[in-house]
Amino acid sequence: MTDRLPGFATLAVHAGAQPDPTTGARATPIYQTTSFVFNDADHAASLFGLQAFGNIYTRIGNPTNAVLEERVAALEGGTAALAVASGHAAQLVVLQQLLTPGDEIVAARKLYGGSMNQFTHAFKSFGWNVAWADPDDIGSFERAVTPRTRAIFIESIANPAGSITDIEAISAVARKAGVPLIVDNTLATPYLIRPIDHGADIVVHSLTKFLGGHGNSLGGIIVDAGTFDWSKDNKYPMLSEPRPEYHGIKIQETFGNFAFAIACRVLGLRDLGPALSPFNAFLILTGIETLPLRMQKHCENARAVAEFLSGHSAVASVSYAGLAGDKYNNLARKYAPKGAGAVFTFSLKGGYDAGVNLVSNLKLFSHLANVGDTRSLVIHPASTTHSQLDDAAKIQSGAGPDVVRLSVGIEDKEDLIADLQQALSTS
Amino acid sequence: MNHDAYPDDYIRQILSDVKTIAMVGASPVNVRPSHFVFKYLAQRGYDMIPVNPGQVGKNLLGKPFVASLADIGRPVDMIDIFRNSDHIMPVVDEALKLVPLPKVIWMQLGGRDDAAAAKAEAAGLKVVMNRCPKIEYGRLSSEISWMGVNSRTLSSKRAPVPTQGMRLSLNRMSVGGGETAASDRAAKNKNEPS
Repeated sequence: MTDRLPGFATLAVHAGAQPDPTTGARATPIYQTTSFVFNDADHAASLFGLQAFGNIYTRIGNPTNAVLEERVAALEGGTAALAVASGHAAQLVVLQQLLTPGDEIVAARKLYGGSMNQFTHAFKSFGWNVAWADPDDIGSFERAVTPRTRAIFIESIANPAGSITDIEAISAVARKAGVPLIVDNTLATPYLIRPIDHGADIVVHSLTKFLGGHGNSLGGIIVDAGTFDWSKDNKYPMLSEPRPEYHGIKIQETFGNFAFAIACRVLGLRDLGPALSPFNAFLILTGIETLPLRMQKHCENARAVAEFLSGHSAVASVSYAGLAGDKYNNLARKYAPKGAGAVFTFSLKGGYDAGVNLVSNLKLFSHLANVGDTRSLVIHPASTTHSQLDDAAKIQSGAGPDVVRLSVGIEDKEDLIADLQQALSTS
Repeated sequence: MNHDAYPDDYIRQILSDVKTIAMVGASPVNVRPSHFVFKYLAQRGYDMIPVNPGQVGKNLLGKPFVASLADIGRPVDMIDIFRNSDHIMPVVDEALKLVPLPKVIWMQLGGRDDAAAAKAEAAGLKVVMNRCPKIEYGRLSSEISWMGVNSRTLSSKRAPVPTQGMRLSLNRMSVGGGETAASDRAAKNKNEPS
């Protein structure tokens, strides 16, 4: 006899959220409190010593956030998760568990520009080094691995051009190197791609985007796949060695297949501090309930908009993996058969000036620096999200000067096409 | 029994039925997992017996250590083996000599001996391998959800009101939730090196 496994949409509504045992509240309550009382001194000591399950202080954990954590862990097929204040905080907390000064990560060259900045500049001051590899050339990952490599980092659907990464091929490189594969799954969401099914050991998200989905709350999350053996060599002392902060507890020995999520909580979030507000957790949870419905609509609209643009005389090229003939169409069919997401780029024959004009002439698309909102969004990456990269890196990451990025919302697609039509004709 | 994936009902039944648990390898050192699993189970009302020949004469949370299962001198429902896989078979052999027989052999997280399991099952015992009763209790009561762990359960029913502060009851209606197939596969591959 085996338990029946629920489907994705059922998990999106139910996972982690049961009626509140004391009040019967059916929606997840917002536990807007900093702290939680202890039963007695022994209970307090057990909680502080990681020997009992329970709540201490919202910087370490909160019951509303915990529902969000279990929800996303279930949707991704992971063993546990940790919610934090933003996607950037998730990356910081993950790498703090894995790297010591002088260690390295190998990262895909096609990443959100903010992540490239974080890795290149902010993490440099911690002594964490990054080696860049080209997701279109798997051999470049292999060549970038050194004895100091501690992780490989990629995006499943890469910002800004919506290109699809061959997760399984890069997972094989990580396995051979004996390091975990970290996948930023923000643009795909687990509805379109579940990286753990393809060999990811850790998944990170900016919840701010499609998971929350409404452009109202920042948040980030770390999902532990429970697949990596942190103790097989001495590369990951945060997980394999006795922790002085906890009287000599070894995190992996104590927590088994959800040890990484616990390390992120009790060594990362506790000490670095980027806690998620329970109110944001509530808003994001509400968003996730409709994730499957929204993603279907996002993908349907994105495809229609991409098809319209690729037939327009002012457009030089469209980079959308969902289009037949796109460079990434085969990978999209393999990894994202339900849809290639809703963030993509196109370039205008009129170059930079035409891009700037288009952005200012649009009436429904909002010009702002976010993606994954119900509303359709537009931005010129070269002058904004990717502006801190040099020209070569801009082109390599798909954010050349003539490129415009769209995040297609869930409005009526006819209205979105009409808006682009009028803006292109006046550009 | 498929020892790679246990149905929730199987585990819940075991944790609901057993009253007396002998823990082989219980440690007096309070940062060892065996110590705080012992404490957790004792706090949930199980009659816990620490078994460790090196600690005889001492107590664990007020319970005197015994040297071996044969020294317990009263019926035991479950043997929780906190030893690595190489040391499991002798404990199972010793357990199968007890009169009356225990009902359950439980091997801790990381512990697995399929031959010992087959022997115990042939004698009519239930066997759980490579699981932690604290984690399973926490999972099925959903207490572990406070740590952001995927409990792999869903429920639309109101669970019993927490007792003794924040402790949640095992007596809760739930159906299967999200799977963790990748982690299960990784554990299986680790146990069976190719």
